[in-house]
Formats: sequence, C-alpha cells, structure tokens
Amino acid sequence: MKQYRTMALPYIVWMAGMIVAPMLLIVLYAFTDKGNDVATIRFSLENFARFFSDQVFMSVLKRSLFIAVITTAICILCGYPIAYVIANRSEKSKLFWILLITLPTWINMLVRTYAWMGILQDEGIINHLLSLVGLGPITMIHTSFAVVLGMVYNFIPFMILQIYTSLTKMDKSYLEAASDLGANRIQSFLRVTLPLSIPGVISGITLVFLPAVSSFFIPKLLGGGQYVLIGNVIETEFLTSGDWNFGSAISLVMAIIILFSMYLTKKADTDPAANGKENA
Amino acid sequence: MEKKQKHLFSKVLLGCTAVFFYAPILYIILFSFNSSRSLTKFAGFSLRWYEKMLSDSTMMQAVAYTIIIALLATLISTVVGTLTAIGLSKSRRLMRGIVEQVNNLPILNPEIVTGIGLLMFFSALGVKKGFLTLLLAHVMFCIPYVILSVTPKLRSLDPNLADAALDLGATPIQALWKVIVPQIRPGIISGALIAFTMSFDDFIISYFVTGNGVNNISILVYTMSKRVNPSINALSTLVILLITAVLFIVNIIPILKDKKGRKLT
Repeated sequence: MKQYRTMALPYIVWMAGMIVAPMLLIVLYAFTDKGNDVATIRFSLENFARFFSDQVFMSVLKRSLFIAVITTAICILCGYPIAYVIANRSEKSKLFWILLITLPTWINMLVRTYAWMGILQDEGIINHLLSLVGLGPITMIHTSFAVVLGMVYNFIPFMILQIYTSLTKMDKSYLEAASDLGANRIQSFLRVTLPLSIPGVISGITLVFLPAVSSFFIPKLLGGGQYVLIGNVIETEFLTSGDWNFGSAISLVMAIIILFSMYLTKKADTDPAANGKENA
Repeated sequence: MEKKQKHLFSKVLLGCTAVFFYAPILYIILFSFNSSRSLTKFAGFSLRWYEKMLSDSTMMQAVAYTIIIALLATLISTVVGTLTAIGLSKSRRLMRGIVEQVNNLPILNPEIVTGIGLLMFFSALGVKKGFLTLLLAHVMFCIPYVILSVTPKLRSLDPNLADAALDLGATPIQALWKVIVPQIRPGIISGALIAFTMSFDDFIISYFVTGNGVNNISILVYTMSKRVNPSINALSTLVILLITAVLFIVNIIPILKDKKGRKLT
C-alpha cells in the first residue's frame, strides 16, 4: 500500500509554497523596514510602534473589537432561541428549516450585503414604508447599526447551525432524568440543556467573531467610506498606500488578537462546561 | 394554555427568521425586474436591466471569468485533493498530522490574511497579477475543503480492499480507480461542490490577488456598488438562481436515485 504515499508529495510541496511561504512573508514584512532588499534587510519594530502609538489606529482597533463583540453577542442571543426551536421540531420540519437557513450562506456574501444597501438607504424601502404610516425617515445606512446588521445577517447562520448541532446531539434521556428528579422546565433547561449546548455556542463564537473582526467589505458597503475598521486599514495599506510592511504588522496584530480570543473562549469553555457536566 | 403560547412563540420566531433571511434576496430579485431606476417604487415589469447587463462587456467578462475559474479550480482541487487524501491515508501518522495541521491554516485564517499573504508571495516571485494568480489562489483555498470532505470517507474504508485488488492482479492505478474511488465517491462529490461554491462566491482573496482587469462577479459588485445600478440586481439574481439550481440538483439527484434504488429492490 505504500505505493500510494507518493501521491501526497506534490501537495506537500504546494503547501510549503502556497500556504507556509505567504505566512512567513507576512511575518518577515511586519518585522522589517520599508523598501529594503534581501541584501540590505533590516529588522525593526518600527511598524508595531507606529501602530500602537497612533491614536487613530487605536480607536479603529477598539471600534473593530467592539463591533465584533456586539455582533457575536447578538448572534448568540438571537441564534440560540432559533436553534432551540428548530431542534425541538419534527424530523421533517427540522430538515426543512436547516435547509432554509443554510441556503443563503451559499449565496455570495457580497450580493447579500449589497441587498441591504438598497433596503437601508434614506430613500430605501424601510423608510418608504415608514413614511406611509407617517414616520419620518431614519438614517440607517452609514451607521454602526447598518454595519452590525450586515454582519449579523451574514454570520448568524453559522451560529444557529453550530448550536443546533450540539442540541440535536444531546442525549434526551438527561432531560427525562432531570424531570424525574423533580426539576421544572426552566431548571432542566438551565442545568442540563444549556451546559450541554455550550460547546456549540463556543464554536459558533469562533465562526462569527473571526470574520466579524477582520471584515472589510461590510463596513465599506454599509458603513460608507468614512467608516473604517481594522480590515479597511489593511486593505488601504496593501492596495492604496502600498505600505506592505505596516499592513503586514497590522495583520499580524489582528491575527494574534484572534488567536488570543480563541484561546480565551476555549478556556472559558473547558471550565464551566466541565462543571455543568458534573452537575448534570 | 402554556403549550399553545409556546407553540405560537416558536411559529412567530421562525416566521421572523425566514423573513429576515429571505427578504433581502427577494428584494433583489424583484427590483431586478423593475422598469425604473428606483429602488423603492416598483414601476412595472421589464427586462431592461437584464438587457443592459447582457450588453455590458465588463459584466459579461466577469461572469465568464467567474465560471471558468470556478470550473478549473474545482477540477484541479478535486483531483489533487482526492489523490492527496488517499496518499495521506497510507502515510505515517506524524506526516499525516503535520499535513492536516497546515492544510487547516487557510480555513482557520481570516481570509484577508490569506489574501495579503498570497499577494506578497506572487509579487516576490514576480508573477503578474491576473488570471493565473487568481486561479492559483482559488486552487489553494479549495483543496483543503476537498481533503476535509474526502478524508472521513477514507477512514471508514476497509484498508484490505485495495490490498485484495492488488493481490488479484490489479495494477495500483486500477485498484485506485476501480476500488478506492467508487467507495469514496460521495466525499469527492461533496468536496467538489464545496470547492465550486467557494470559488464561485469568493471575494476577499480574489480581490487581493487579481489584477490586469481580470475581475470576478464579486469584485465587480464591490466596485460598482458605490452608485445605484440596477444591473447589479440583475447580475445578483443570476448568481442567486445559479447557486440555488446547483444546490437543488445536488440535493435532489441523490434522493431520486435513492428512490429508484428502493423501487428496484
């Protein structure tokens, strides 16, 4: 059977080039000065110093984290009840609703975000409907509201699917045991269902927070040109100002923040869930 | 009484969910048939934005590039991904572990990081941004999904099957094609489907690695969306219909086949 082993070799070479080398390039650029050749390479922390000492960049970073946290929170608060309701339906109905929620995720994110541009505009359909009942136009486009709405719209399916999976995997006999032991429905939800579904919430957080914090076309389309998140800064550095060293440094900072928050969520997961299981 | 209320709550919640998910999509489809430029008032049915889209050469070019890239990327990544997955399943555990870890990087990384990494990589090699870089990038992010969907099928495969075929005189290629591949076909098909839709819908990575006027549909929507342009609605409607049709066919064919199979037995 060893004759098949060689079939993996081309991809291993490809991975070294197309996956590993680009990542190393980002690290290399982040720690070097602008415009140096291989011959005159100079390592420095200049890019990071510039990023962390600039008030503008710091407020952009704060805003990006804030928007991503709010988006994730809304996805949990709305996604959990939806997943819970679907998980408790009949088999056929479950399949139907899961298909209904999965389908939009296959449609181009850009197209779906563009749709909201028309809906949220000052002369858009929502304001048109509001004016019919005599309410004044509300500015929605180019606000944080529009950006968060766009992100929730694009990313909440991932949260719903993760929570749904963990809820359906749950052993229903735990609930019977809980009610036999005298727990009412709220108690058995809080002490059995909720702790057992936390792993789904955690992987949902990962799938929502990561694209939310690095997103750049949602803020651009729904937040307008003035609305800048960390992803927009990276885009500008690479495609407009051409400062790849600085752009790489910002991407590295973002990647580290993401890794760190993943680590924190994982850690938060292992503690209470373990306790929850003991309680259950 | 309490049960009825709960029932009502779940119905209202699911209704709102459906409206939230589908209203924007239906809105785009509806207004692509609007006879006026307005995005609020439906003035009457017309195909004028479709005509405009068809006569717009940049739009048609973007559609062509999107489809060609998606087909090529799907073909290449499905073949390479499947062969790699089979090769890995016969490799030593350490090697397999390392490759699987690196293979997950493009999936776990924010797309923007993958995009700028490839941008710098291509420029370091002196490759001009355009069709080739776009295709290579798409193959790069599609292969991991193919490997991920084929590998579980290989795990549940009896390792003795290929050995038996070899003992019975099949060449390794025959054993591969006639014994292993048919067994893992569902994994290969779903991997190819994921690759196709990933490539067809990609925006972020494509945006960073393309150049020289080679645009896909997503990039075109992004650059054109600054002004109201109902042709984008027409183009988006086509994208929505195409993806829905692909998903429909892929989901329906196995069910039909299954039914036929059951009737026969």
